[in-house]
Amino acid sequence: MATTATPPTKTAQAPPVGPARPIRKLVPNAPPIVRFYRSSVGKKWVMAVTGVMLMGFVVAHLIGNLKLYLSKEEINLYGEALRDMPGHLLPRTVLLWTLRSGLFVAFVLHIHSAYSLTMTNRKARPHQYQSKRDYVAADFASRTMRWTGIIVLAYLVFHLMDLTWGTANSQWVRGDPYNNLVYSLQRPVVAIAYGVANIALAFHLYHGAWSMFQSMGINNPRINKLRRSFAIGFAGLILVGNLSFPILIQAHVVDLKCPHTEPTTAPCKAV
Amino acid sequence: MALDAKIPEGPLEDKWDNHRFGIKLVNPANKRRFDIVVVGTGLAGASAAASLAELGYNVKVVTFHDSPRRAHSIAAQGGINAAKNYKNDGDSIYRLFYDTIKGGDYRSREANVYRLAQVSVDIIDQCVAQGVPFAREYGGLLDNRSFGGAQVSRTFYARGQTGQQLLLGAYQALMRAVHSYGVQLYPRTEMLDVVVKDGRTAGIVCRDLNTGEVFSIAAHAVVLATGGYGNAFYLSTNAKNSNVSATWRAAKRGAYFANPCYTQIHPTCIPASDEFQSKLTLMSESLRNDGRVWLPKQMDDARSPDQMPEQDRDYFLERRYPAFGNLVPRDVASRAIKHEVDAGRGVGPLKNGAYLDLSEATARLGQDVIEERYGNLFEMYERITGEDPYKVPMRIYPAIHYTMGGLWVDYNLMSNLPGLFVLGEANFSDHGANRLGASALMQGLADGYFVVPYTIGDYLAPLLGTKPPSIDDPAFVEAEHAVDDQVRRLLSINGKQTVDEIHRELGRVLWDNCGMARSEQSLSKALSEIPAIREEFWKNVCVLGENESRNQALEKAGRVADFLEFGELMVLDALRRNESCGGHFREEYQTEDGEALRDDEHFAYVASWEFTGVGNEPELHKEQLNFEYVHPSTRSYK
Amino acid sequence: MSNQSMRITLTVWRQPSPDVDGKFETYDVPGVSPDMSFLEMLDVVNERLMHDGKEPIAFDHDCREGICGSCGFMINGRAHGPERATATCQLHMRKFRDGDHLTIEPWRAAGFPLVKDLIVDRSAFDRIIESGGYVSVGTGGAPDGNLIPIPKPVADAAMDAAACIGCGACVAACPNGAAQLFTSAKMQHLNLLPQGQAERWDRTVVMVETMETYFGSCTNHRECEAACPKSISIDFIALMNKDFAKAQLKQRRLVGQSFP
Ligand SMILES: Cc1cc2nc3c(=O)[nH]c(=O)nc-3n(C[C@H](O)[C@H](O)[C@H](O)COP(=O)(O)OP(=O)(O)OC[C@H]3O[C@@H](n4cnc5c(N)ncnc54)[C@H](O)[C@@H]3O)c2cc1C
Ligand code: HEM
Ligand code: HEM
Ligand code: SF4
Ligand code: F3S
Ligand code: FES
Repeated sequence: MATTATPPTKTAQAPPVGPARPIRKLVPNAPPIVRFYRSSVGKKWVMAVTGVMLMGFVVAHLIGNLKLYLSKEEINLYGEALRDMPGHLLPRTVLLWTLRSGLFVAFVLHIHSAYSLTMTNRKARPHQYQSKRDYVAADFASRTMRWTGIIVLAYLVFHLMDLTWGTANSQWVRGDPYNNLVYSLQRPVVAIAYGVANIALAFHLYHGAWSMFQSMGINNPRINKLRRSFAIGFAGLILVGNLSFPILIQAHVVDLKCPHTEPTTAPCKAV
Repeated sequence: MALDAKIPEGPLEDKWDNHRFGIKLVNPANKRRFDIVVVGTGLAGASAAASLAELGYNVKVVTFHDSPRRAHSIAAQGGINAAKNYKNDGDSIYRLFYDTIKGGDYRSREANVYRLAQVSVDIIDQCVAQGVPFAREYGGLLDNRSFGGAQVSRTFYARGQTGQQLLLGAYQALMRAVHSYGVQLYPRTEMLDVVVKDGRTAGIVCRDLNTGEVFSIAAHAVVLATGGYGNAFYLSTNAKNSNVSATWRAAKRGAYFANPCYTQIHPTCIPASDEFQSKLTLMSESLRNDGRVWLPKQMDDARSPDQMPEQDRDYFLERRYPAFGNLVPRDVASRAIKHEVDAGRGVGPLKNGAYLDLSEATARLGQDVIEERYGNLFEMYERITGEDPYKVPMRIYPAIHYTMGGLWVDYNLMSNLPGLFVLGEANFSDHGANRLGASALMQGLADGYFVVPYTIGDYLAPLLGTKPPSIDDPAFVEAEHAVDDQVRRLLSINGKQTVDEIHRELGRVLWDNCGMARSEQSLSKALSEIPAIREEFWKNVCVLGENESRNQALEKAGRVADFLEFGELMVLDALRRNESCGGHFREEYQTEDGEALRDDEHFAYVASWEFTGVGNEPELHKEQLNFEYVHPSTRSYK
Repeated sequence: MSNQSMRITLTVWRQPSPDVDGKFETYDVPGVSPDMSFLEMLDVVNERLMHDGKEPIAFDHDCREGICGSCGFMINGRAHGPERATATCQLHMRKFRDGDHLTIEPWRAAGFPLVKDLIVDRSAFDRIIESGGYVSVGTGGAPDGNLIPIPKPVADAAMDAAACIGCGACVAACPNGAAQLFTSAKMQHLNLLPQGQAERWDRTVVMVETMETYFGSCTNHRECEAACPKSISIDFIALMNKDFAKAQLKQRRLVGQSFP
């Protein structure tokens, strides 16, 4: 029994007619981790696992953001609490930074594997079909993962500049996410951008949240039916939740509350 | 030259063991010094190549398919026999042996057939170990079904894809050998000649189908496992590319062709629908286990089958053969159907079929059981005819299916050309004048896994230290030129008729005159017509394109050229065999109730023909068949 | 069975050899019988082409029963054409309507280099099997077939996977040119059975790696399943992914043996 894949025959120079030439090299002696991540099946695992982490974040993030509807204080205290967790067990923001770096790594891996899979697949079909393809099963979501992903990425960069660093937000005040956010989403263009990005994300998740089960080999006749419903539910939740912010803020249901007054977490006295 | 079958001494049961003990062996270290080229990757070829490579021989494998897995064996549906007696219904090696001899209408070699029955048991074990997913019972044990011509359940099957699964097993063993034992594969390569030097087989000449390059492979021994010649008839159940070229070209180099007239007609094929029909599709015989064959009692009864009351139906197989009913052997069933259809009772748009009706079984066993057993066959039937067999009974008509004839081989499966071994359907060995259902897969695998790996050693051992002639040897060069010349010649004719048109013409002549029923006068008619078609071919065939890139018309032309020569031999053999036996039915020789009438006194022999030049009468060499254990009696399935 | 004949417009990819550019050519095909198979229709076109002194269309085929896996090309953008679970040779013209325009094109994938017209070289599939798509049992010495009982459901599942005919439609249909369906089917057939356990983890890794030297990667488009003439399920892809991860964790080396 082979323990390494057979090297392809006739690798040298290609005769006009002949067997396929490899589109990538084998490195049978590489350390297991490398071998695993070099494999596109392995990459899909990474992608799925990081995908799940990202999903986790997005849900948590949504829940957190919903505090916006409670009150300025609530959400600002929430932001504060995040920085403060886990109370006195750790120095301030240590845990937050740990989580942030985890999140960051997940993004990087997710994007890198997405990128390298895309490259492999380009090589796998050098000559495109010359007649129109008629897809039966592949849906819009599955065929646009890369683009929806990239949109989300672009959005994310802006999003961080806008709300985390404030570089894209003239009225940004540290520690006052409430006003930062409301101000930001009062700008129609930004509101639209948020809308678009979150629709893209929803599409991404519509396929992703189903696809990850396949990638991780979670396949069982009993639950297979549920995988699609889960994906729809999840994508729908994120869509509705995240879209509510730009919409309600545009509709002035949620409005600025005495900006630039310290402390941001105290009840607002001024009118 | 006298034909010595080299049948070992001793009682039937011990012949094979004695023989294996008696024959010379090649010691393991020396095996790699021998080059063997195997032509064909069907059940016989793939299993042989894998087994020989495992033993340590230097094996090269040639097939015209793009992958060894595509060999025609893949199409076998019904199953494979083995005398396991798992069903406790009284089966035994001896019974399988007996059934095969009887089914073959007493025209096969007892010793070979007994050996076949003996190794049949190991085949199943081997295939199971390879992971062939045979049908299982709920208890997890192997399931069996009964099959045409047998009264016991000894047929193992994998849905309706038994041949596929067995071939994939052999193919995987072969690919393992490629990986681990350095077998060299030559796919998309057609063998076009056998090279003989100083009375020994020295190698083969091939053509690369993609590049047109003609090249030779030298070897100590050549193994032909190139399948049957059913496509001589143009319309048959064989895969489109199956052909006689390999064996015929060997015959032209001196190998004897045995019993070419023994061709098997399969009763349960889908009737032709129009003149564009490119091949006929078989519905597995296993359908006859649960299906009943019938026709309306009176002529041109326009009523649709489901409207037909019982008393107006004629279950003619059950009527004529009460004991075996719908399970009579193929030749018997086929002739019965032909008889009824010729009488004008045929059904279907072209009135060319009989009903095969599973409605009763469906009622008895339930649709799911039937679906489980025959689901994919039903689908296939619906795809082809557009009719739903769950509603309307299927229509069937006999078609050319298998060829019992082939190159003559001795007990070691070696032809009269030393060093040329012939396996599977390509040889004539085990089925006599008629093959029982599910026995070809058995024979192919028996030959490849369990016979030739031993017997080839007996030939090779004395050759230790010798080298096969180099491929620059005049013998090879001459053969390569011959092949090249034929290619050029075919390309240069530029006539008006396409290869298929001429092939269809040949097929029509053979089917009408040398098909299910033959007569002196029909055969002489064919003999006079075939040379004319051959002449037409060489004057007026149209082969466009070039040799240097893939040229399927050119490939076909070469094969049809061989059919045109071989067909004549087939007819001649049929004409010379003045008796009816198994698949060979001569109208002059039948009992009053229309059964085949054998003539054991004059024809209990293998007719092996020596080629003496195109158009010349070949020379007949007889191998007498003597039956020490089973005494020839008129087959009766009543 | 209907007998009125149809007229078809056929646009075919013609390419004499890989090193020259190919192009589409269009033929008007009257007199097509609905009972013809698609390949029989091509036979007729070829006969006519040859009578006009034109080279016939090269296409692979053999069994014409949907089992050998030789045939297959894109028909109007679908591998093996519009009918589900049907190989091209089993597709009949009655599935089309009089006046239809059909465009046929060869499989396109780096793993399937073109040979001529509609013929491609699929030997990369053989490389995948060669790397480990078998149970390493030599001829002889196999135990009795009934020694290991195999539960019917397991045997059936293995058979479902083993039904693959190696046609390559999965690769052709996959937007990524991935061979996951073929490879997982061949692998899971053996991985599911008791006979296949001994080599299960090595088999999984080498088959996946060999597959990836020639083919793209799966992003779960499910086109392969839809195109497969044997309706092989993508469930097998999931099982392959699972086994691939497990294979990484399995400690298959005995104590004392050095890591690679
Ligand atoms: C539709 C159908 C159903 C059947 N069902 C059953 C069944 O249920 N049970 C049963 O026992 N039998 C069955 N048979 C019969 C059985 O399938 C065949 O007899 C058997 O598979 C023959 O196997 P083989 O290895 O001898 O030859 P094949 O499988 O025909 O292989 C021939 C090989 O030789 C190669 N070849 C031929 N000529 C050349 C050449 N010139 N150069 C290079 N390569 C060449 C081909 O590429 C191919 O690989 C069936 C047959 C048909 C047609
Ligand atoms: C930021 C840029 C992103 C890019 C470029 C990107 C890209 C991709 C791509 C190309 C895939 C492959 C499609 C597939 O294999 O099915 C994918 C899958 C996935 N993505 Fe993203 N994505 C991004 C962000 C996200 C985010 C923010 C989430 C979660 C909120 C996410 C969740 C998923 C999931 C769950 C999958 C399925 C993994 C799998 O199929 O195994 N992605 N992504
Ligand atoms: C409309 C929906 C969204 C709203 C209203 C929103 C709101 C916010 C706010 C207010 C912050 C700043 C918290 C702080 O003070 O640091 C923030 C940070 C962040 N958001 Fe969003 N967000 C939305 C959608 C998303 C999405 C879809 C993603 C991911 C794809 C995302 C990723 C992030 C990240 C990574 C941060 C930085 C967290 C940190 O500082 O650790 N957000 N978001
Ligand atoms: S999986 Fe289906 S489509 Fe792919 S090769 Fe096998 S049979 Fe063809
Ligand atoms: S279509 Fe391709 S992406 Fe995966 S599920 Fe099938 S291989
Ligand atoms: S020709 Fe064999 S599968 Fe279509």
